[in-house]
Amino acid sequence: MKNFEYAQPTTEREAVTLLGDTTKQTAILAGGTDLVGLMKRMVVTPERVVNIREIDSLRGIERDDEGRVRIGAAVGLDDILSDRTTDEYPSVKQVIQGISSIQLQSQGTLVGEIMRRPVCWYFREGHGLLADKGRMVVTGDNRYHAILGNRGPAKFVNASRLAPALMTLGAQVRIVGPEEDSEQIVDVHQLYRTPAADDESEHTLQPGQLITHVILPPPGNNLSAAYEVRHGEGPDQPLAAAAVSMQVSAGRVQDARIILGQVAPVPWVAEKAANALLGQPLTETSAEVAGLQASAGAMPLSQNEYKIQLAQVAVRRAILKAAGLDTGGMDGPMLLEPTAGEVRLV
Amino acid sequence: MAEVEYSWPEQADTQLIGKRVSRLDGMEKSSGTAKYTYDINLPKQLIVRALGCPHAHCRVTAVDTSAAEKVPGVVLVHHLKAPQPGDEPVEIRADGTLLVAVAAESEAAAAEGVSKLKVTYEMLPSFVADHDLEAAERADRTKRAGGGIELDEALGEPGDDDDEEEWEEEKIQELFEGSEFVVEGEYGIDAITHCCLEPHGSTVHWEGNKLKVNLSTQNVSRTDDGFADALQITADEVDVHCEYIGGGFGSKFKPDYWGIAAAEMSKKTGRPIKFLLTRDQELKIAGNRPSGFINVKLGADKDGVVQVWDSHHWGTSGFNGSTVSVGNFPYVYRPKNWRRRATGIITDNEPSVAWRAPNHPQACALTQTAYDDLAAKMGVSSLDIFLRNLAHIDSPEKAPIYAEQLKIGADLINWQDHWHAHGKGAAKGSVVHGLGIGIHKWGGTANSSNCLLKIHPDGGVESYCGTQDLGTGTRTVCAMVLAETLGVPLEAVQVHIGSSTYPFSGASGGSTTVGAVSESHRRAGQQAIAQIFGLVAAKLNVPADSLTAAGGKISVDGNSDKSMSWKQACSLIGIQPLEVTSTYKRGSDSPLSSSNVGGCQMAHVAVDTDTGQVRIQKMVAVQEMGLIINRKTAESQVYGAMIMSIAAALFEQRINDPQSGLFMNNELDSYRLPRLGDIGELVVHLHEPESERARGVIGLGEPPAISGAAAISNAVCNALGVRVPTLPLTPKRVLDAIRSAKG
Repeated sequence: MKNFEYAQPTTEREAVTLLGDTTKQTAILAGGTDLVGLMKRMVVTPERVVNIREIDSLRGIERDDEGRVRIGAAVGLDDILSDRTTDEYPSVKQVIQGISSIQLQSQGTLVGEIMRRPVCWYFREGHGLLADKGRMVVTGDNRYHAILGNRGPAKFVNASRLAPALMTLGAQVRIVGPEEDSEQIVDVHQLYRTPAADDESEHTLQPGQLITHVILPPPGNNLSAAYEVRHGEGPDQPLAAAAVSMQVSAGRVQDARIILGQVAPVPWVAEKAANALLGQPLTETSAEVAGLQASAGAMPLSQNEYKIQLAQVAVRRAILKAAGLDTGGMDGPMLLEPTAGEVRLV
Repeated sequence: MAEVEYSWPEQADTQLIGKRVSRLDGMEKSSGTAKYTYDINLPKQLIVRALGCPHAHCRVTAVDTSAAEKVPGVVLVHHLKAPQPGDEPVEIRADGTLLVAVAAESEAAAAEGVSKLKVTYEMLPSFVADHDLEAAERADRTKRAGGGIELDEALGEPGDDDDEEEWEEEKIQELFEGSEFVVEGEYGIDAITHCCLEPHGSTVHWEGNKLKVNLSTQNVSRTDDGFADALQITADEVDVHCEYIGGGFGSKFKPDYWGIAAAEMSKKTGRPIKFLLTRDQELKIAGNRPSGFINVKLGADKDGVVQVWDSHHWGTSGFNGSTVSVGNFPYVYRPKNWRRRATGIITDNEPSVAWRAPNHPQACALTQTAYDDLAAKMGVSSLDIFLRNLAHIDSPEKAPIYAEQLKIGADLINWQDHWHAHGKGAAKGSVVHGLGIGIHKWGGTANSSNCLLKIHPDGGVESYCGTQDLGTGTRTVCAMVLAETLGVPLEAVQVHIGSSTYPFSGASGGSTTVGAVSESHRRAGQQAIAQIFGLVAAKLNVPADSLTAAGGKISVDGNSDKSMSWKQACSLIGIQPLEVTSTYKRGSDSPLSSSNVGGCQMAHVAVDTDTGQVRIQKMVAVQEMGLIINRKTAESQVYGAMIMSIAAALFEQRINDPQSGLFMNNELDSYRLPRLGDIGELVVHLHEPESERARGVIGLGEPPAISGAAAISNAVCNALGVRVPTLPLTPKRVLDAIRSAKG
């Protein structure tokens, strides 16, 4: 890790000033579960690290007069899990539970999670986001890389596990900076982009800007769920994921949003899958048909064709889960009833 | 004084031996107060970070250290594998090979110093496709790795005019033609790393000409000579200490070149040096297990008893170009006719080192999958095939033990109720279940061990032994053996281990530690108690052989009025402590320890055919280990080994980039391991019939880490009716296998 200047502001304005100093490369520190590892490996080498966890206004979860829930950028993932206000957004809680690491849940923050840098091993080995215009990925080991949105040089997958769920819910973020008084509210999906050149980031946040809150609209009576296909039960990145939010009336789907995770450089809007649900009753068949549409346009790389099926299954199961139907898969690690007295874990 | 006859007490007479005792240092370890090498910080120490080579295969032609030397806080730049100025270029064969070390006042300064090193590389072609024999041959990256053949005597001998190989080939083909069932298969198991939680390394300093090393080592007593050789001093000038070690698994026997460098850097700077590897370096260069890929053909009679085995396997042990040792094939099972051949593949990876039960887990997984495919082909129970083939195993005297163990295992996993023919089970949604078996063997001879036992006139008991606790619960074992032998409470014994200044004890490798320390501590205890009995006998005027030590006192058999407390008895010693040094030499005949065990494991898995996910439902281990000292830590050994098997079967693999050869998954967020939720239910049955207990202590570290992976692979095959050929069975591989079976 390279030496750096450490700042601990207590107000948003102070943070914006510290982050807006154009003479220094800055980084925002919240839980640090991603940033510190990247700094230790010198993949990122900020000259100033700004810790936002001491800013009171970023630490609350509250419902406003219009029924929206505002979650501060420094709120921990486990705070969201234990908070009752967020019960009406089951897909968000499902994803946090799926992270299934006490350390990440207790130390990680909501905004830190949605701004997580790609887990692509070429990026983490210091070859840059695009890894030689994508060539290293194409000719290399791409088993976990993008199957969608990968025609340009970017082959990594967006790392956020919460972004698909937040996007299906129509979540927004409040951003302050780079000027002291500037403030804007943008949709979560506007945070992400597919970089086309080495000097572009996968995020749209500008130097000097700070996300202060995630804002969830009132849930209404939508059915929502998230489903992640994971290699194991731990905190490792899922292999494919989907979140859905559906409005159902008179037994038929009136509106649907389906977003895929872990398959493209951005959280991927599966429009054809959503359209396939419109006007349909929620059944295993309609879920399967929508699932098959989820991978429309996929272009697998040399080693990741299997992710097409996983994306399709994730969508199908997310729909079934939202509808309260049996997903047909393994939802937990234990399927057998343990024999009395013989359960001995080390 | 009569010579002491060493023995263990009868099972019914023991107070501690064979009982369930919690680790004496469990609280220290779990609360963080135990000092591991990584926790040791010395006043004025410098911290080292090293530059790992960023290429898998290259020549290092020059190094410019000037910018690194100017970084504030940097004290010393030291060449490791990089050439010194003016020296010839050096060829590097593995990603991460340490080139240059930087010692600094802080970790950050050392890391920044490393980032300023300017190294000139000349790139060379890399090769890492260890699974691809043809590609390796094309790249001239293969080496013969042995082979052999044995044919039943009844087949006769080649005639004088026969070409021996042609004759053998003819006989093998005849055997296949005469077989009722023939199975041909391809199986594989990837290279994995040791992934020690505590990375390799040391904190060292010099006291005059004496080198003091705090080393994360599984070989406390015998790394001093490694340092001494390299530093041109004598072993008595090196003290090695290791109170606690955070994982070794066979990779921490030596000082390693970074340990030697730490000593050299300390000498140059006159300051203590702390040099532990970073996580990625730990994975890349500090230990890996060879891969193996095999083509097998076997032929069986109508009952499924294998009559002929013919195999060719290949794989890599890194740039030294070996693979899983050929002598282990076929594993445990040994039909009357077999032919085996191995080819090593030279890849640009660090050479492998011993990994818990070296060669056995791979040989087991590459052999017993083929035996299970025979059951699948015949449509019969795998359990029957595993039982029937006990007719031909490499240690025929173990057949009854295996048969008993397989029956115990089958009961515990409820084989009868859960078994179905391969691929014929009922599906719930996309989820199918399956059962599988593996069996294994191990030696487990006790290592050499000496123990200095001091019994103080006030009754205090302390022991000194240059052994280590690799996870075996060594302190607890030493204390239990002494407390049992002297008849004192466990807490009354102070055990000292972890220093090369103590009496020699062998390295912890090959399941040799509990046997070793049981030998030395039982011997020391029996010698000491014999002397104390002599003193008490004289005092009480009774024969020494009428005395018993138990419950903190020395009692006279048949005369309960005549007894003496332990403290009173010790007061007879005089003013100097009673000191006994015991010696046990590995391989010498002893009633206290033995070798050669068998065991079996069974797995019940669920597989999601839509996602390729495999989940362990239940695993059963039935394990023999002779006489059990501490039932609790013995069970812990088996649990840990089963978890390692799950890791290798479902998660772990070294992933090299096919183009650059770089080791890609070199952090714990990308090197996948099972987590608690992946473990399922584990059941351990310690198999200790009196016939085996009577053989004395036999090591337990390796055997339960062998057959679990084969059992899991077989269970997945039973669930799917399709063999997923290569371990680990990742979702991608499971889906690929299902797809190719569908054609």
